[in-house]
Amino acid sequence: MAATVHTRDGGSALGRSASRRSRGETPFRYASTGAGILLLAIMAAIAVFLVVEAIPALRANTGGFFTTQTWEPNATRPSFGIAALAFGTVFSALLALIMAVPVAVGVALFISHYAPRRLAGVLGYVVDLLAAVPSVVYGLWGITFLAPFMVGPSNFLHDHLGFIPLFGGDIVAGRSVLTASLVLAVMILPIIAAISREVFLQVPRAHEEAALALGATRWEVIRMAVLPYGRPGVISAAMLGLGRAMGETIAVALIFQATFDISLRILTPQGNSIAANIANRFGEATQTGRGALIASGLVLFVITLLVNMGARLIVARRKEFSGAAA
Amino acid sequence: MSQQIQVSGLDAYYGRHKAIEDISMTIEPNTITAFIGPSGCGKSTFLRTLNRMHEVIPGARVEGKVLLDGEDLYGPGVEPVSVRRMIGMVFQRPNPFPTMSIYENVAAGLRLNGRRSKSEVDGIVETSLKGANLWNEVKDRLGKPGAGLSGGQQQRLCIARAIAVRPEVLLMDEPCSALDPISTLAIEDLMAELKSKFTIIIVTHNMQQAARVSDRTAFFNLAGQGQPGRVIEMDDTSRIFTNPSQKATEDYITGRFG
Ligand SMILES: Nc1ncnc2c1ncn2[C@@H]1O[C@H](COP(=O)(O)OP(=O)(O)OP(=O)(O)O)[C@@H](O)[C@H]1O
Ligand SMILES: [Mg+2]
Repeated sequence: MAATVHTRDGGSALGRSASRRSRGETPFRYASTGAGILLLAIMAAIAVFLVVEAIPALRANTGGFFTTQTWEPNATRPSFGIAALAFGTVFSALLALIMAVPVAVGVALFISHYAPRRLAGVLGYVVDLLAAVPSVVYGLWGITFLAPFMVGPSNFLHDHLGFIPLFGGDIVAGRSVLTASLVLAVMILPIIAAISREVFLQVPRAHEEAALALGATRWEVIRMAVLPYGRPGVISAAMLGLGRAMGETIAVALIFQATFDISLRILTPQGNSIAANIANRFGEATQTGRGALIASGLVLFVITLLVNMGARLIVARRKEFSGAAA
Repeated sequence: MSQQIQVSGLDAYYGRHKAIEDISMTIEPNTITAFIGPSGCGKSTFLRTLNRMHEVIPGARVEGKVLLDGEDLYGPGVEPVSVRRMIGMVFQRPNPFPTMSIYENVAAGLRLNGRRSKSEVDGIVETSLKGANLWNEVKDRLGKPGAGLSGGQQQRLCIARAIAVRPEVLLMDEPCSALDPISTLAIEDLMAELKSKFTIIIVTHNMQQAARVSDRTAFFNLAGQGQPGRVIEMDDTSRIFTNPSQKATEDYITGRFG
């Protein structure tokens, strides 16, 4: 049983693998550790640079950075704050997520479990292709087509559901938070659908057969075996989408009306986000203005970080039930 | 009560490939029938035709008749879903739902058959786990994940899940092949108990197991290389193991081939 395996040059196989490790593995270990450290160093350098740039502007700010709802860093008495911008960023991205996730999961399920194989292949390819469309294209589509198109439906919503604050307000516009969120939803839909589809395809056949053998219909198989198994993956995909929606710049900069209100009204001519504000204001910015924009960028970074950590918490909470062990 | 199964002239295909041919047999209620035979001769394929699980594989189809209490399972207007609710299945590898607790696993099939009160589900979960000889081991941790049990416990959990919906027939495809001897004996004992309520069909590569648990045994074999599998002989288990009528059967059970 415990025979030593001898290699051609006479040494034991165990010895050879040890020497091979020292030959091949050490440089690799240094290289990968080095790359890791380099990456951390670059990130730290960027962070330090940004903070250093932002501090003088924050010092010069006469308003509260977290509470002020204007952006006048170029004035003689600079006053600017991210309250409205941060709200607009999170609000429009959440709206987009709420619209995109159900559709994306539906598309992913259709591709993975309903469509005939040939059609599934084509659809999967189209989804991947959509994910690769540059965001400025979505932005142009949003402002030239979707914004005018949305006037009708927006008026309809306003007339019939205007008593809900979301659809309230005095004027209805095409360039609204709803339109921007729709564009964002269309932009993040492909990536969420693509990841969800991968996750659904990975559901072990044995679990689906277990459900089938109990007499489950196709939809019941999905509810019993596919969705619970895919849940962590879908959550991760949604968070990735949320991050993208919050960081999206050019598409929403074209659509948002660059206002500074904190308002839940999604049909009125208002809306803004941190990234859109940076795109709109960078050209005209003075020294202080640039610092102020950088400070707002740091806030966006922190928000994105928090969202990701939240997602990890959600995924980790039911880890023992995740199926990862099986 | 359990019902008789009558199979006649059954062929099953994977795409163009004919895996089994012209299988006919009668299985009496409340008996245990063992399918034995060399690997690849179509035992699993045949078993899966009995609850219409064969056709879930893309390109797979079945010809012939399977009558359960006189009604053709492949007749027009028969829903595969309702067939599978009557004929339960336990797989070779234990496959509890990993995202569900022990309790939810057993209750999974009940949820498909419409709403039931909590106390009713509790009762069925308990009797099913007792029926699968698992209750004492898990009664204090019903909320824990089913995937956290040992292999043998997981397989008994799968049996509990299958019997919870009160099927007429229980199909078991090598249910003990991934288990240690103790768990195997536990499941064999369980089969003997379940016989009073269900008709049981088991595929096994273990001759002793077939001889120990079954009333009837069917020997499957390939007609030749690349040919579809057939039933060579089916008889009372005692006869198959002492005095088979076919030479091939005798060769197989005495270990001279396969
Ligand atoms: N999913 C499948 N697709 C195509 N052919 C298959 C599939 N499953 C089984 N077969 C073929 O059908 C034939 C019978 O296979 P089956 O699994 O029924 O044999 P078996 O008797 O259960 O073997 P074992 O004892 O090894 O489990 C084999 O030739 C096999 O290659
Ligand atoms: Mg098999």
